[in-house]
Amino acid sequence: MISEKNTVKRIGNQLLFTGPTLLAFIAVIIVPFIYGIYMTFFKWDGISSSMPYVGFNNYEAVFNDTKFWTSVWLTIKYVAASVFLINTVAFLLAYLVTMGIRGQNFFRTAFFSPNLIGGLVLGFIWQFMFNNFFTSIGEKFGWELFSKTWLGNETMAFWALVLVTVWQYAGYMMVIFIAGLMSVPKDILEAATIDGTSGWKQLIHMVLPLMVPSFIVTIFLSLQRGFMVYDVNYALTGGGPFGSTVMASMHVYDKAFQRFDYGVGQAEAFVLFFIVATVTIVQVYLTKRMEVEA
Amino acid sequence: MQMVNALKKGSIYIVLLLALLFFLVPFLILLFNAFKTNAEIIASPFSLPVSISFKNFGLAMDQMKYWSAFSNSAMITFISLTVILICSAMTAHYFVRNKTRMNTMWFLMMVASMIIPFQSIMIPLVSIYGAELGWIQSQPKLTLMFMYVGFGSSLAVFVYHGFIKSIPLELEEAAQIDGCNSIQTFFKIVLPILMPTAVTIGILHVLWIWNDYLLPVLILQNAGSDNYTLPLAIQVFRGSYSSDYERYLPAVVMVVLPIMVVYLFAQRFIIQGVTQGSVK
Repeated sequence: MISEKNTVKRIGNQLLFTGPTLLAFIAVIIVPFIYGIYMTFFKWDGISSSMPYVGFNNYEAVFNDTKFWTSVWLTIKYVAASVFLINTVAFLLAYLVTMGIRGQNFFRTAFFSPNLIGGLVLGFIWQFMFNNFFTSIGEKFGWELFSKTWLGNETMAFWALVLVTVWQYAGYMMVIFIAGLMSVPKDILEAATIDGTSGWKQLIHMVLPLMVPSFIVTIFLSLQRGFMVYDVNYALTGGGPFGSTVMASMHVYDKAFQRFDYGVGQAEAFVLFFIVATVTIVQVYLTKRMEVEA
Repeated sequence: MQMVNALKKGSIYIVLLLALLFFLVPFLILLFNAFKTNAEIIASPFSLPVSISFKNFGLAMDQMKYWSAFSNSAMITFISLTVILICSAMTAHYFVRNKTRMNTMWFLMMVASMIIPFQSIMIPLVSIYGAELGWIQSQPKLTLMFMYVGFGSSLAVFVYHGFIKSIPLELEEAAQIDGCNSIQTFFKIVLPILMPTAVTIGILHVLWIWNDYLLPVLILQNAGSDNYTLPLAIQVFRGSYSSDYERYLPAVVMVVLPIMVVYLFAQRFIIQGVTQGSVK
């Protein structure tokens, strides 16, 4: 009798404590994920009630969709440029604002501020900057670089996206680097100074190796966000000029919700997922091997 | 030696001030130009405004239904966040204290799911809750909040889980000896200890939900402008913005303003919360 009551109570507790969370988790992530795999084997326009089975045709369509691969290649170039620049700028800033100069908290606060605003609004702000502010500067001072809006030129629109992404995430990664720099033991740096090691050499041979754990996090985050970029892409260039800056996420979105090709769109979304998962897992594995102890 | 030090310090400041320029100029340009007329903006985007008038702010507010969008954003953020913070804490606590094979499996699944990007499940998500079940049409805002709970729980459970492991079990046993049942123990003993962790998770999630664009646009777009959140509402200017900066820029300022005001007062917490949340 007692054990029966306990079993009921245990199941009740399990449901009460884990039920709501797991229900939402299963309904919003697990079921769509599995249904997504199922969808890639069917042809569907999002409305009609007929959903014919097409086998691997959708994957074949993905393979032959040159626009998709162009967007993936563009995304890879964008990720390479922005991950490198974000981490370089962020580390430099973090290094400078942890040297104990006056006003360093103010600088930290200012550098972090773009992260409070979503990619959409950031894109709008910078669109105004590129279309009006920079072109006016170019006109006034006769600078060739700014004479026409960057957003009207295919190469420059790409770099505009990279620039805005660096502006958006550098402060965020800086904050993570600051936490890492704070935990670098001061005594070994002092010992090195006494031994006559220059600050530059200390940075390269001691601080950077000890910062590998921070780099694992920042590179992971910037890789993942870079690959999935949508908001900034949509708000800043809208894929233009002439469709030259359509990143992979935007291509997937358009495929499903503009051209109503759900099956192929979802197959492309999964291909993208595999690329991102592979790249980030390899990155974490490789950078983990570089970790050292003080 | 002193000269060298002064020189070094000087160059640090120059680099920092240049960076500051890069980070703050867009905000300042936005703010200046929000007070100008179209003609003034086109004539020179870096002149100071001639006069400070809030007329265009009022007009922009009406056009984008600012207060309706603001209250939608606030309500959706607040309700989703509250549910996530409480339910995930309960779940994480239960997982730590009852290490059955099933619980461990659920926990690992939640952690693993964090690598799935939203874009790779958005199409089935819209198909299931739109075409199949019709929730997006009948209860758009409720559906959106439910989805935020689903997407936000994994990270919350993960961060709570790490912290709850360090809470001594004796504390809960003592409460149980004093006659608390498991629900009372959780709400009276465990939840108060979890407050700092909840703040960390809360900051990360507020920044995400408040600014999110892609999920709301998929769920709310066809639900009429009365249901829009701020990032959706500002889109009314997108079609005509090239000629109508005097409405569009004030609108951008007003979308940015609420979170900036909060940041001014809570910057220390926000930066700390983001650091702790992402390093874990």
